[in-house]
Amino acid sequence: MTKTGNSLTGKSLGAQILGLTRKQFFIPIAALLALVVFNLIADPSFFEIKMGQNSAGDPVLSGYLVTIFDNASELVILAIGMTLVTAASGGQDISVGAAIAIAGSVMLRILCGPDGKAAELQAPIIVAFIICCLVAMLFGAFNGALVSYFKIPPMVATLILFTAGRSIAAWINNNQLPIVNDISFSYYGNFFPGIPVPTPIFIAVACMIVIALVLKFTNLGLYSQTVGINPHAARLNGLNPEVIKLITYIILGLCVAVAGFIKVSRFSTINYSVIAKDIEMDAILAVALGGNSLGGGKFNMAASIMGAYVIQFLTTTLYKFNVVSSALPAYKAIVVIILVVLSAPIVREKISRAWKKTTSKSAKEVA
Amino acid sequence: MNSLKLRVKNMSDTNLLLTITVVVFFLMYVLAVIFLGGGFTKPQTFFNILNENASLLILSCGMSLVMITGGIDISVGTMTALVCMSCAVYLDTEIGKGGNVVTAICIALAIGLAYGIVQGFLVAYLNIQPFIVSLAGMFFAKGMTTIIKADQFNVKNEEFQALKATRIYIPFLGAVNKKGIFVPAYVEIGVVIALVLVVVLFVVLRWTKLGRAFYAVGGNLQSASMLGINVKLTKFLAHLMCSVLASIGGWVYFMHVGSGSPSHAAGAEMNAIASSIIGGTMLTGGVGNIIGTFFGVLSLSTIKNIVSQLGFDEAWWTNITVAIMICIFLLIQSIVMRRKTKSK
Repeated sequence: MTKTGNSLTGKSLGAQILGLTRKQFFIPIAALLALVVFNLIADPSFFEIKMGQNSAGDPVLSGYLVTIFDNASELVILAIGMTLVTAASGGQDISVGAAIAIAGSVMLRILCGPDGKAAELQAPIIVAFIICCLVAMLFGAFNGALVSYFKIPPMVATLILFTAGRSIAAWINNNQLPIVNDISFSYYGNFFPGIPVPTPIFIAVACMIVIALVLKFTNLGLYSQTVGINPHAARLNGLNPEVIKLITYIILGLCVAVAGFIKVSRFSTINYSVIAKDIEMDAILAVALGGNSLGGGKFNMAASIMGAYVIQFLTTTLYKFNVVSSALPAYKAIVVIILVVLSAPIVREKISRAWKKTTSKSAKEVA
Repeated sequence: MNSLKLRVKNMSDTNLLLTITVVVFFLMYVLAVIFLGGGFTKPQTFFNILNENASLLILSCGMSLVMITGGIDISVGTMTALVCMSCAVYLDTEIGKGGNVVTAICIALAIGLAYGIVQGFLVAYLNIQPFIVSLAGMFFAKGMTTIIKADQFNVKNEEFQALKATRIYIPFLGAVNKKGIFVPAYVEIGVVIALVLVVVLFVVLRWTKLGRAFYAVGGNLQSASMLGINVKLTKFLAHLMCSVLASIGGWVYFMHVGSGSPSHAAGAEMNAIASSIIGGTMLTGGVGNIIGTFFGVLSLSTIKNIVSQLGFDEAWWTNITVAIMICIFLLIQSIVMRRKTKSK
């Protein structure tokens, strides 16, 4: 009696696990857990958070965890916009890295003046930020217009800005590298004096709160999913698919401006060919790791954000084990392939079938 | 005028886009000859464009194949670097005074085959999005290249140097140099390989069952499978062919530069995609032509040449012009296709 009871509960437990694996959240959470366990076994000091001092003498938190949350900020912000764009237009924007270069270049041009050598700020940071947002949203609107009104596949449409973006960024500042001398500008990418937590973390959290509120109190999420699943049906229901696609691209532009602001603020200067290089690939990867379909339609914002943190966690872990930064992509690729293969519906079905077979076999044996 | 309209109406999408590309290329080249003169009147300028872009041409052909079936492969650029680096390291090892060229070619092809089988399997049989699969492939190749060797170095293998220096002279074409001696125009071996591949692929796409299957799968998956086409196998073969072509392109690139470096062929995948698009291949699948891709590559590199001839020295002008060109082509395609669907 007890034996059959055991096998029954075992079955239901197995079914529960199976149900869990089908949840969208499963892959990023499982990947995160695997990374955490791996780090715990390899070196528990990975999770230490120490109170240190930075060069200005202020108390700051340091440790790998802080680094992960700090460095993931830009990626998280981009993943938010990329998820919306993917859901609505069924494609990805590959120009975000180049657009960050443009946004950062605009910002420095305003702060440093035309010759790039001004000792003090030429404009308040908030003004520069607002203009940088406007420019980035304009470029977003350009991409969005190509995608929505001219029906060009997103990847191809954004290829234009991907090709020209870094060149435009260099052109804005006449290929000079302006340096912001004012210390207050670097607060946004590093630490505010007296606050031990890196500022980018606050900015990322603020973005997450904003997008959560937007998704909760507006129809943006619902509409973009509807458009992504079937534009014709959306039109029959009184939505305008073109406008909604355009809006998602403009939102991504805003995300790009914020991410660019953080990136530029980290170093107080810019390197056009290197800044935010390959971040578009990471942002798309974050969306995919979150279990969202890259073909558009339904999305889960929280899973995308989790995906972004998983990517940064992986990167930092690899750095900790002294992997050369240029060799890093190879290891990343292996992890990505494993994750993607495991999350493929066909593979999952096969695994669950195999699981059922073994459990039914063991149940028979018990009987 | 009316008959022209009718003809345009009756043309298939593929041929219409191809015509636009070819016309634009010839217009551009003729205008360059008329207004810039100088270098553009010499045949060697044209052949130099071919010499420099032979590998891009091969990569673009592979990309077109995949794009016709509705997929994409962004790993080809970094794969070129990986092939260069592997062959360079093999040819230059101290043990046994370096390897021979034939084995190096085999290494290049083996890399392509391995890549193609893995990526094709993941895309076709596990139904994973081609973008993500090839993204991982791109990362892997990028990392592996630096793991093999992190810095640039030139190959000193004699057998390879001889092959690299081989020139094929074209009779009756050439220019008289300053001393009054006739210098015939030449192409490198890579160009011959590329042109042969273009012809072969054109024939395959046009007149074989496999080629028609590519178009059918890219046009509409459901109807293709109802026609009895093995959709999975077709997709698999497209990715396999693309990767093998990328490895051949890598070898041609290697023959052109003669060195291994992680920064080789950076951004080549995007150039290949751009060339395919200019050549009239659509990312949505089902439309495209290898000859169009050939002219796409030529147009892309001609415009780059023109920009540098015009005296816009700053590097950024090249990229901005190329982007504007892609933009114009996309808009033309978009408008033309919309007109056509409306007039039906």
